[in-house]
Amino acid sequence: MCCSERWSKLNRFSRLFALLAMAVLAGCGKPEFSDAEKKTIASLALSALPPLKADTTNRFGDVPAAAALGATLFFDVGMSGDGKVSCSTCHKIDRQFQDDLPRAVGVGRTNRRTMPLAGVAHDAWFFWDGRRDSLWAQALAPLENPLEQAGNRTAYAHYIKARFGERYERIFGPLPDLTNVPANASPLGSDAEKAAWNAMSDAQAEDVNRVFANIGKAIAAFERSIAPPQTRFDRFAAALATGIQLPQGDDAFSPEEILGLKLFIGKANCVTCHTGPRFTDSGFHNTGVPPVANLPADRGRIDAVAQVEADPFNCFGAFRDGDAGACGELRFMVKAGPELARAYKTPSLRGAATRPPYMHAGQFSSLEEVVAHYSKALASVEGVSEVHPLQLSDRERAALVAFLKTLAE
Amino acid sequence: MASLWRYVLAGLGLAALLAGILAAVYLTAPQSPRPAGSEIARSKKTANGLFVTSFEPERGVVRQGELQSWLLTLRTNAGTPVEGAAITISGGMPQHRHGLPTSPQATDYLGDGRYRIGGVKFTMSGLWQLHFAISAAAGSDTVVFNVLL
Repeated sequence: MCCSERWSKLNRFSRLFALLAMAVLAGCGKPEFSDAEKKTIASLALSALPPLKADTTNRFGDVPAAAALGATLFFDVGMSGDGKVSCSTCHKIDRQFQDDLPRAVGVGRTNRRTMPLAGVAHDAWFFWDGRRDSLWAQALAPLENPLEQAGNRTAYAHYIKARFGERYERIFGPLPDLTNVPANASPLGSDAEKAAWNAMSDAQAEDVNRVFANIGKAIAAFERSIAPPQTRFDRFAAALATGIQLPQGDDAFSPEEILGLKLFIGKANCVTCHTGPRFTDSGFHNTGVPPVANLPADRGRIDAVAQVEADPFNCFGAFRDGDAGACGELRFMVKAGPELARAYKTPSLRGAATRPPYMHAGQFSSLEEVVAHYSKALASVEGVSEVHPLQLSDRERAALVAFLKTLAE
Repeated sequence: MASLWRYVLAGLGLAALLAGILAAVYLTAPQSPRPAGSEIARSKKTANGLFVTSFEPERGVVRQGELQSWLLTLRTNAGTPVEGAAITISGGMPQHRHGLPTSPQATDYLGDGRYRIGGVKFTMSGLWQLHFAISAAAGSDTVVFNVLL
């Protein structure tokens, strides 16, 4: 009697235990996403990218003729000091508008990696360090950089008038009289070019600066059309959003890719900065990326603040269209603080898998190296790295790389 | 008798195991980004109780990744609007140990104790903190508002 009672109790207990164990196992075995994970995945899909806002500082930004002239200028090697380099020399159209080199080579060798251009018009700051505050102001900087296109301001104005005068005037209105403007002059050029620039009247300088700014506005109008393409990740996300627990067929992810995605938005904290449909917060962060030996000191954002403030083509300058209400980013810019030291812009990860090397000076040659860097989280040579060490196994690191590849297929 | 002791021991063992699992889960789980309800209040007293403040987006909704204006409203405990206050703003994301991506500033006084705070931008989801240092005729005080995205 006593024994059989005990047995039935034990039986009930073991049945309950078995049920519990089954429930736990079933939960573990099903590779589904939590509601929070689904929400994050939806926020990363290309379909979540808002339509490109008008740039009120460039009233030609959405004028087709301006974009067409901008495209011509983008590919024209005449837009350089030596007649051999164009924007497209480094921003190669068939290579995601980048050049596969650790550091760009124009007329000379630069110290920074060429950035791809897909979706660039959604940014608030340009270059790795954000030293320009609009797409059109950005386009002007390489034109006069001696290591990039190595031209000078008056030479560009003369070239536009001689080569594209009619097209220019149909968009921007009459070109100024350049008869007494020196062939080669710029406030940023050689000593001779600076002297020639300083000898010009204020009205002449203003005329040339206006043509120069419009060159940037045309190139920016073209660049606004460069959008990121749909990827396998976006198809997976779209299928997941319809309620399918695990998308099938062409939209399917392998178990490794699913693990990588879960890590990306979870334990590995990648989504902290690589957020939103472009996989970037458009901000600047010190992530402890080591400097390249034998290159000049590169302190990132902290040195860019003064440069963007001094740029005559910035949002506060005379060449902005529209009102200063568009200048919020510049007005409320963080100007000082230790977090700006060696802080660089978060790059978009769309297409990244097929465009090594990585980081602002091409420090890492593979995604495996990038993931290993973030897993180890070494200290920065200056300032404090925002990255904290992760305990990622070999399998987890490989899964992250597998997921990143879905953003380039 | 001995078998009864076995049940008691087994029960104690199971309880200890459960306590261990719970402790492991709660001690190692990442800190929940959601603080207690009162901490994300849009209205609160300053640290030393000098002012009653409220902080809310000027257009009602918080949008991630966009520059927005917020309104900081300052009143005395008696409900009188606080005018001519000097306000400085700092903050960041405590869980990620980084500061604000912008430098918000008090840009306009809109009357009735309301100050426009321009240049507020939240670049990611999670818990953000905004620290306000407020100086007015009644004295100086501080307040911290938590914003959860």
